[in-house]
Amino acid sequence: MLKKGQFKNAVKMSNIEKYFGHTAALKGVNFEVGVNEVVGLIGDNGAGKSTLIKIITGVFPPTNGEIYIRDKKVSLKDYNVKQAYKLGIEAVFQDKSLGEKQDLWRNFFIGRQITNRLGFIKVREEKEIARKIMFDMIGFRGAGITAESKVNKLSGGERQGIAIGRAMYFDAELIILDEPTSALSLKEVNKVLNFVRKIKESGRACIYISHILPDVYEISDKFIILDRGEVVATIKKSEITLKELSEFMLKYAHAK
Amino acid sequence: MKYLKQSIAKLVKIEGLTIIGVFIALMILFIISAPRVFTGYRIYMSFLQTVPPLLILALGLTLVITAGEMDLSFSAIIAFSGFIFCYVFRTFGTPWLAFILALSSGALVGFINGWMVAKVGIPSIMATLAAQFFWNGLTILLSGGLSWNIKEIRPYFIHTLFVGRIGGLVPAQSIWGIAVAVFLWFILNRHTFGEQILFIGDNEEVAKVMGVNVIATKIRLFIFMGIISAFAGVLLTLEMINFWTTQGAGLLLPTIAAVFIGGTSIAGGYGTIIGTFFGAYIVGSLEAGVVASGIGGYWTRLVTGLVMAASVSLNIILSKEKGEGLKERIKESIFIKKGGE
Repeated sequence: MLKKGQFKNAVKMSNIEKYFGHTAALKGVNFEVGVNEVVGLIGDNGAGKSTLIKIITGVFPPTNGEIYIRDKKVSLKDYNVKQAYKLGIEAVFQDKSLGEKQDLWRNFFIGRQITNRLGFIKVREEKEIARKIMFDMIGFRGAGITAESKVNKLSGGERQGIAIGRAMYFDAELIILDEPTSALSLKEVNKVLNFVRKIKESGRACIYISHILPDVYEISDKFIILDRGEVVATIKKSEITLKELSEFMLKYAHAK
Repeated sequence: MKYLKQSIAKLVKIEGLTIIGVFIALMILFIISAPRVFTGYRIYMSFLQTVPPLLILALGLTLVITAGEMDLSFSAIIAFSGFIFCYVFRTFGTPWLAFILALSSGALVGFINGWMVAKVGIPSIMATLAAQFFWNGLTILLSGGLSWNIKEIRPYFIHTLFVGRIGGLVPAQSIWGIAVAVFLWFILNRHTFGEQILFIGDNEEVAKVMGVNVIATKIRLFIFMGIISAFAGVLLTLEMINFWTTQGAGLLLPTIAAVFIGGTSIAGGYGTIIGTFFGAYIVGSLEAGVVASGIGGYWTRLVTGLVMAASVSLNIILSKEKGEGLKERIKESIFIKKGGE
């Protein structure tokens, strides 16, 4: 695996097309996510955001096009979810990332447990690491949360934090957040935005998908705007204000 | 008062404590109502002799239910593997080969169950119900509907090992029951296999996204259950020195009851081995207890129903996190729907 500084883009997608039957979900999408760049992926429902994410994370292959991870072309034939993990790409889906009734520490390691040769879990070690992730990586402050807490006792923002921390611990180079703030209260949104800042600080890249423009604007370095399967604009944060971005998006909403 | 509430909350978190309480209460009740029977040791030895097959089945079923699935075919596996055991033993005279083939037959049935559930996608309750009829039917066909006696097995070591009397008193199968319980506790709570079961039962979608091979795990789980059922079948056959085509049929509902009395959730994602252990002994001791109390054998089923309803309610009420005191929790569990938290 290449080390940091040896590559330019965490992910680059070129001329990605995806057809479901005769319907085109993506029509020649080009975009890149730089090293340590937070990219806001914006677009209305049906713009093709989730299709794009599923292609990046290896859930299904594109009909046409090329994917480059760390500047290296990926063989689409062998690309799947496990392969994406190995290449350091991890997605955090809002409702599909944590087992609700399970202990926190189990949630950190499910699918990647630390075990002895017989497959028995090294519980103490896992709990210790879980604690470290919570306090050092995502910066949980007390609040009565321990490694043994059950997930359904946590707030929405804390859950996102757990999933993000997990991705960081397992050395994800690119973390994809799918609508991380859409069901959260303001206080919780701030927590999540802080977690995203932690991703940036740690030198990783992030794709941040959201409807909520103020959140996206605050956190992203670059915006990619998707409309009906096409990238209609790629804008650097320094080139646009939040107000202009909102107006820009409204224009597309009206055009329909 | 607050201290009391906190300590109740802490105690509830200990696995299976509620059901241990129910078990002790029941035993005290029996001792009071039938002191002559329940202060002697014989009745307990008889429990240790009769309960283990049910206990072992219930322990296996706990894992299946924790994964959010159900198995109704284990009663047929008991008959089928019992038949295989007797057949091989009578034909070849080798008890260990008979034992291994009996377990393999359970594994085979389990594999087919798992394949139907995980690969084909048939809901487990339907797939295993069909399996129950099929394997029971096959057993009847193969055995010609007859029961087979295998009293020649008595002198063999396998008989002593599995159903002998330790010190001329304690039935060996009770120790095997405990061994299986300890083993399955570690599997469920400390092994990757158990953790995968927990997450599949909790939310299959999450398990998949997190890299759990859901299909393979489910097939493995049903094979596991098949082997455990076959083991219970062998124990039962050895204890009775007899195979009959409907052996196991009467164990179906009591086994399921034992798991639920123990506190395992039908919703999946949570299972308690310790709870099931005591649940099985509660179910297994009710009949003798009720009869010995002198209220008559007709009451047995009614009392089983009451005990099951009471234990399940108690488990749900005590595990409610919302509501400060016991009173609020009871109120909540009665007036607020399950999904309304």
